[in-house]
Amino acid sequence: MRVTATVNGEPREADDVWEGESLLYVLRERMGLPGSKNACEQGECGSCTVYLDEVPVCACLVAAGQVQGRDVVTVEGLTDGEALHPVQQAFVDAGAVQCGFCTPGLVVAAHDLLARDPQPTDPEVREALAGNLCRCTGYEKILDAVRLAGDRMRATPTPRVDQGPHARGRAWSP
Amino acid sequence: MTATSTRAPAGTAGGVGTSATRPDGTLKVTGDFAFSSDLWMDGMVWGSTLRSPYPCARIVSIDIGPALALPGVHAVLLADDVPGVNAVGLEHQDQPVLAADVVRYQGEPVALVAAEHPETARRAAAKIVVVYDELEAVTDARTALEPGAPLVRPGGNLVRHLKLRKGDQDARAPVVATVDFEVGMQDQAFLGPESGLAVPAEDGGVDLYVATQWLHVDQQQVVRALGLPPEKVRLTLAGVGGAFGGREDLSMHVHACLLALHTNKPVKMVYSREESFFGHVHRHPASMRYSYGAERDGTLVFAHAELVFDGGAYASSTSAVVGNGGTMGVGPYRVPNVRVDSYGVYTNNPPCGAMRGFGCVQAAFAHEAVMDALADRLGMDRVALRQLNGMREGDENITGQVIDSPAPVAELLQRVLDMPLPAPAENDLRSMPGGVANTTHGEGVVRGVGYSVTYKNVGFSEGFDDYSTARVRLEVTAGEPVATVHTAAAEVGQGLVTVEQQICRTELGVDTVVVHPKDTGVGSGGSTSASRQTYVTGGAVQAACRAVRARVLELASAATGHPAGSLVLRDGAVALGSGEVVAALTDLLTDAVTETVEWRHRPTDAIDPETGQGNAHVQYAFSAHRAVVDVDVEMGLVKVVALDTAQDVGKAMNPDAVLGQVHGGSAQGLGLALMEEVLVTDGKIRNPSFTDYLIPTILDVPPMIVELLENPDPHAPYGLRGVGEPPTVSSGPAVAAAIRQACGVDLRRVPIRPEHITGTS
Repeated sequence: MRVTATVNGEPREADDVWEGESLLYVLRERMGLPGSKNACEQGECGSCTVYLDEVPVCACLVAAGQVQGRDVVTVEGLTDGEALHPVQQAFVDAGAVQCGFCTPGLVVAAHDLLARDPQPTDPEVREALAGNLCRCTGYEKILDAVRLAGDRMRATPTPRVDQGPHARGRAWSP
Repeated sequence: MTATSTRAPAGTAGGVGTSATRPDGTLKVTGDFAFSSDLWMDGMVWGSTLRSPYPCARIVSIDIGPALALPGVHAVLLADDVPGVNAVGLEHQDQPVLAADVVRYQGEPVALVAAEHPETARRAAAKIVVVYDELEAVTDARTALEPGAPLVRPGGNLVRHLKLRKGDQDARAPVVATVDFEVGMQDQAFLGPESGLAVPAEDGGVDLYVATQWLHVDQQQVVRALGLPPEKVRLTLAGVGGAFGGREDLSMHVHACLLALHTNKPVKMVYSREESFFGHVHRHPASMRYSYGAERDGTLVFAHAELVFDGGAYASSTSAVVGNGGTMGVGPYRVPNVRVDSYGVYTNNPPCGAMRGFGCVQAAFAHEAVMDALADRLGMDRVALRQLNGMREGDENITGQVIDSPAPVAELLQRVLDMPLPAPAENDLRSMPGGVANTTHGEGVVRGVGYSVTYKNVGFSEGFDDYSTARVRLEVTAGEPVATVHTAAAEVGQGLVTVEQQICRTELGVDTVVVHPKDTGVGSGGSTSASRQTYVTGGAVQAACRAVRARVLELASAATGHPAGSLVLRDGAVALGSGEVVAALTDLLTDAVTETVEWRHRPTDAIDPETGQGNAHVQYAFSAHRAVVDVDVEMGLVKVVALDTAQDVGKAMNPDAVLGQVHGGSAQGLGLALMEEVLVTDGKIRNPSFTDYLIPTILDVPPMIVELLENPDPHAPYGLRGVGEPPTVSSGPAVAAAIRQACGVDLRRVPIRPEHITGTS
């Protein structure tokens, strides 16, 4: 089948998609967007977290056909490739990245949390990120990164992008 | 020559001892970092593996016809298609690339498929008709050692028996504690699945891009199986999504190469999470019996330990795990009279091998449980007993090796003892055992505190020739001095690439350091395991930098007339000790200066086969943990409230990265204590998924106070100690001790399940 969707602000099309493929497979293997990760492919680890119509989902649990005509933003779409989004920068600065396999999913999940709540408490951060497994860090520096990103984003709010949140080529900010 | 100027000497920016940021950090947060499962090539096909459903069976027949008939299938390969030796393995080449006549564990690879779509490959594999004659499986390690047990291997079921005898074997003590302890099978659960891309080359060889821990030992095994000369099998490290020991053994390496050479197409293989549970070795389950005796004042008189490690169907690194369990197994204590028997056993269970902590983790649960039991019998404080007997510099350990660098056991315990205790639980469901599942509002909840102190050997032991190779080049590129460091040492997430850059900055006084891709184009870097890379590859990079520096200073001496011995490299220039710059590198370096160094740490010795005595290890790393838990004793649920630690790291090469190792390592120990177990029944894994094999989430891991001691080891580069494993060794026993203290139940198995706490199992 053919699947068309808006991905990171651009219209994208994938042909010869087998009906059993997931959104994750289509992103990684058909659209050249391997940033979303394939750690468990059963919705347990959160490493494939993407936005689907502005709601974070596990891309591995979304059938490719369900994406038809919808809007997808992946970790690759959070930045224009020059300046990192504050959440991304905070993960680097706080030492929250080790092997990095969980990182794209955690970045998207933290991005979503801070969009909804710019100053979450630690228990709220833990609750929000409980669906994202990390095997390297013990989560301490991930908490540091979310606190740091929140602090920086509150100090320097970025205006919402007018033409919709997903325009590739610029940072998407809450 | 530039004009003379003076600058205040300062610590090198981004050098050793700073928390320099990772060179791959930006790529990893944007999704642009290429992990082994992200690789893609025009015209590539997908590989899939058919595995045995039985733990022990004879292969009667295999029909690949139905698989070949499926459209889109390019190849189906069996054992006969392995052109070289059909045997791989880390210490013993005992494991077939593809099973030929028998299968010895559930999940053993039997056939390979290459197809245009991964689903086609999986479906084709399922269409291969294998007729098995199922045989009686050996599934209990102690039973496997009994006379008359069915043989897993023709040579018998014993992989290794380490016998350690020190002092008076008949020593008696007025106070004795005995503990039996079992540790379940833990999985490394790295998030990046086994994966890679094999590309056939024009010279008839193959290029393999793969996630691994030791490129050169992989290369040796792949070469042997393919029957090719080493120069035709080139390995490059692809992005590694965690390792923790689980990538020491081969997984899809030979398989992808076979398919690539057979189809003449690039072949990508990516395991699913379920296949990953069958595709790598696990931490050995262990069954242990410990007995310690002490004088009435608490002074240890003897330590007796028997450890049985279930190695599963193939040897992997079982011999070395048995070695660690035996030589390190009684803990960091002074004991004059010791008897240890450490066994590694073949069974038809899943193969076990390396995982972070490597034999010391299992032993630590037992030696810390018996120390607690002994303290209780003595009527002594549990920490005080450990401090009284704790190893100190100059002591002899149980193999007769003198500890010739700091061994601050008592101080580490004091550090965690003195840390502030967490406040009592708030009346908030999220801080209760069971959390928002609403199982308690505090009723039935008891707080417990537990302590442990452990040590881990760093580097390869027992006489192994443990070295690493580094090539460092210094040149002027685009008007700037640039160092390039090339090693084959695997970056698996721990931050070795950062440390390599830091060492180059410190030794060469340049800002810009390029880390060359890790490949077999340079000599071996040794394994990324045993907490050894910062020590051994760090030592090699330091030595290569110093060789480069010596040559550059000779050049500078010739150009300026200052004796080389009076010159240093600093801030991209050659300077006098006073800081006065005498030459800029941009002027001095007309050609690149390159040096390659093979570097070794102090040698270790094989131990005596009858007594286990000898200088078995190169370095010891000590850590202590304190765990605070809230236990719902009615439901058997546990909330770890705090997991605090002190560790002697010698020198914190990159303090943030060291903390990351301590945090992550501690969390893995917590996981083993509380939730992580590969459940094996009759040789079959019951929970090969992240739905049923649980690793700690951000809700399970508490805040951690970490204190790092920096007592330099005079024998190690920069005085550093390996840091990766110690926290995984000491954290779990502290959690188990805290739960025992809270619920008053004599818990003798990990992971501790609710029914163990409630007594309803």
